[in-house]
Amino acid sequence: MHIAEGFLPASHAVGWTVAAAPFVVHGARAVVKEVRENPESTLLLGAAGAFTFVLSAIKLPSVTGSSSHPTGTGAGAILFRPPVMALLGTVVLLFQALLLAHGGITTLGANAFAFAVVGPWAGYGAYRLTRGLGGGLLPGVFVGMVLADLATYVTTSLQLALAFPDASTGLAGAAAKFLGIFAVTQIPLAIGEGLLGVLLFRVLTVNARPELERLGLLTPAPAPAPGGAA
Amino acid sequence: MNRRSLVNALIVVAVVALFAIPLLVDGGTSEYGGTDAAVTEDLEADGYTPWFDSLFSPSGEVESGLFALQAGIGGCALGYVLGRLRGRRLAQEAGNAAP
Repeated sequence: MHIAEGFLPASHAVGWTVAAAPFVVHGARAVVKEVRENPESTLLLGAAGAFTFVLSAIKLPSVTGSSSHPTGTGAGAILFRPPVMALLGTVVLLFQALLLAHGGITTLGANAFAFAVVGPWAGYGAYRLTRGLGGGLLPGVFVGMVLADLATYVTTSLQLALAFPDASTGLAGAAAKFLGIFAVTQIPLAIGEGLLGVLLFRVLTVNARPELERLGLLTPAPAPAPGGAA
Repeated sequence: MNRRSLVNALIVVAVVALFAIPLLVDGGTSEYGGTDAAVTEDLEADGYTPWFDSLFSPSGEVESGLFALQAGIGGCALGYVLGRLRGRRLAQEAGNAAP
């Protein structure tokens, strides 16, 4: 989903930067607010950032004979709501643009919009919908992680189609072409990412139960018999 | 091994299989080029020239090392947090068990 440096026309680069900037600023404020009001969240925030940092570094082979990488943005969006990921995701993209020549500064806005805004919101929406329909935490996590991944790549395809509409088939033709490059390759990766998300949340439900209850992901267990009272 | 650990292990196996099986079935015939690069090649073939170059472009070997560094940093941070959370739970359980 990294649109390479210099590969978006300047007007599109500026447009996507303007579109992504308010989300990132809002996300930065959300992170500061979370850390200030709930200092005990810092550890889990670190875990959410680390999760997307690892997953977006790993290129995985897919059934199509090409490779791509997962996004890992769904976990943080489910834990802390999507705005937090607008900041964390953009930090990851900045690291890759500056040090790895992967993505770019001119395309940072467009990539952030796909990876750090649309992906997390789509994943969070899918998670909430699953929970609303009576699904449990882990099914919700699976669906959310998969959708965050896929939505990111669909967004990238549409961004490319907007910038490079096909001469004869127009926007739709170009979108189909770019989706053809990204989408099928991404499906097994998204499923793998969903499974890793389930694994992460299985570990968290055991070890970080108080945080998950406070964040509203789990309902508190009925209070145990008051020990030591009376 | 209790049931929880078994399920966790099975998830790990499923993830590995998800990527290992296509690789094995393929038998080394595919290049596994990145989809990001496929897009830039496609656009350049259509005559597009990027108007801005990366400020810093590491060579292939250095780049793969930096990707490994990114994964390593993330893995360390994730392991640190999960380890701390587990230690906290174990300490609490020990505290509850003691009078």
